[in-house]
Amino acid sequence: MAFQDYKPWLGLTGSQWIGLDNFDRIFQYEGATQAIVNTLIIAVSKIVVGIFVPIVMAILLSEVRNMGIKKSIQTLVYLPHFLSWVTVAGMMIDLLGLDGGINHMITSLFGTEPIYFLGDPSLFRTTIVVSDLWKSFGFGMIVYLATIAGVDPSYYEAAEIDGATRRQQIWHVTLPCMMPMIIVIATLSLGSILDAGFDQIFNLYNPLVYSTGDIIDTYVYRSSLLNGQYGFGTAVGLFKSVISFILIVIAYRLAYKLANYRIF
Amino acid sequence: MYHKTKGYKLFSWFNYALLILAGLSCFLPLLHLLAQSFSSKAAITGNLVSFWPVGFNTDAYSTTFNNDNFTGSMMISIIRTILGTAISMFILTTAGYALSKQFRGRNVLMWVFVFTMLFNGGLIPSYILVTSLGMKGTIWALVLPGAFGAYNLILLMNFFKTIPKALEEAAFIDGASFFVIFRSVYLPLSLPGLATVSLFIMVGHWNSWFDGLLYMSNPADYPLASFLQTVVVQSNAQSMAMSQSEVEAMAEQSIKAAQIFISTLPIILVYPFLQRYFVKGIVLGAVKE
Repeated sequence: MAFQDYKPWLGLTGSQWIGLDNFDRIFQYEGATQAIVNTLIIAVSKIVVGIFVPIVMAILLSEVRNMGIKKSIQTLVYLPHFLSWVTVAGMMIDLLGLDGGINHMITSLFGTEPIYFLGDPSLFRTTIVVSDLWKSFGFGMIVYLATIAGVDPSYYEAAEIDGATRRQQIWHVTLPCMMPMIIVIATLSLGSILDAGFDQIFNLYNPLVYSTGDIIDTYVYRSSLLNGQYGFGTAVGLFKSVISFILIVIAYRLAYKLANYRIF
Repeated sequence: MYHKTKGYKLFSWFNYALLILAGLSCFLPLLHLLAQSFSSKAAITGNLVSFWPVGFNTDAYSTTFNNDNFTGSMMISIIRTILGTAISMFILTTAGYALSKQFRGRNVLMWVFVFTMLFNGGLIPSYILVTSLGMKGTIWALVLPGAFGAYNLILLMNFFKTIPKALEEAAFIDGASFFVIFRSVYLPLSLPGLATVSLFIMVGHWNSWFDGLLYMSNPADYPLASFLQTVVVQSNAQSMAMSQSEVEAMAEQSIKAAQIFISTLPIILVYPFLQRYFVKGIVLGAVKE
């Protein structure tokens, strides 16, 4: 289909074969290249903060020694992961709107103009990355917390006898022990470099922010299902799938080499 | 002891403050939503509602439950969740049990399944496949395409692998067949694993909205999440693009809030169970060998 000028009423056998024309068009259409660029920027930012913040938060949380507070915080921060983006988008549209709760707070605290988080192209990507972080950082912490809990306490005792401060212990004991896990997570996230999060963006974007917020998946959706360019949409989708697949294979090989990680 | 130093105590205070703030940020939006759903229109428009209802009333809920589209969608969501989880669990446990053993061709088979996790044909081919299989517009379009998730399969397989071989051998000697062993040794022993995976699948079904939008041509057949998407998100995207018809949109805010909250309620209700198991499940799936 990706190599055809696909017409639903002609079907797969009746449609005309046009070779690589559809793939050519990916790089000619401004919307398509823009979508690829947006996807890369959004996905890479998400990956970077999505690795860094959970590590820091997990270390901070492991410093909490009051078990009750620790458990409650864990319960709270895991919750957003299980909400659907439709729900979260519904809340965000209300909270981030021009007279929503967040803007109400900002204007009354700083006396500035309200900020159009979801309609301003220069802010949209940040809004996306931060809200994704909000939704997923708690869940991302789980593996790190498990790793930290698994560190042999005698390392800390030895470090303490040698006169290490708590900060030095974290830097020289906790972090090195987390390293294999961090490497695995980081390499595996390479596979999602073309995945900027369809569910999230589809529910939050609007024509005002297509220039910075349109990603490959939403572009495919609009160009094919709404505009009927089935062959072209499939080509863009296939383009994305193939590149992602190659990246994932590389990532798994790297993860296996670096940290001896295997999926099954 | 480092706990006693002044610097550490200071750090500790900051740490508590930061983490509690992070925790609250995950919870307060929901509370705000709940407060809105019980508030009067005037209070919402005037931005008076924060975390406690102002002008308490339950109109939004009675309107919501009197809306046939909403209750119909809710029924569809309930059906798809139960049906989808049952089908998925049946396929996944049987497949996971078989694949946790060594046999000829197992690795090839395994890679075929993992391949589906790594690569997909994309939106249009999936759509055309589902349509030409005659599933479009039926509940099967929502249930079957995602029934065999490779990730869940691996999770279950790893659970099965942790069960000692000796148990199986003992059962064999007592004359049990593979099926009996599967049913009365493996399934009961991997209950935490089964709970984790089925909860994941249930939440996935409940939250899934795009397939409903895609495969259901009649809006009356939308599951709840898709219905919500059209009501809450699409209508708002339009009103935003058309600039300030905000007042009108705000008037419905309590109803929207009620609808969002009701649709989130099942998740919040199963969440305590979820939490008990998923940490174990995730860790077992990710850290092994």
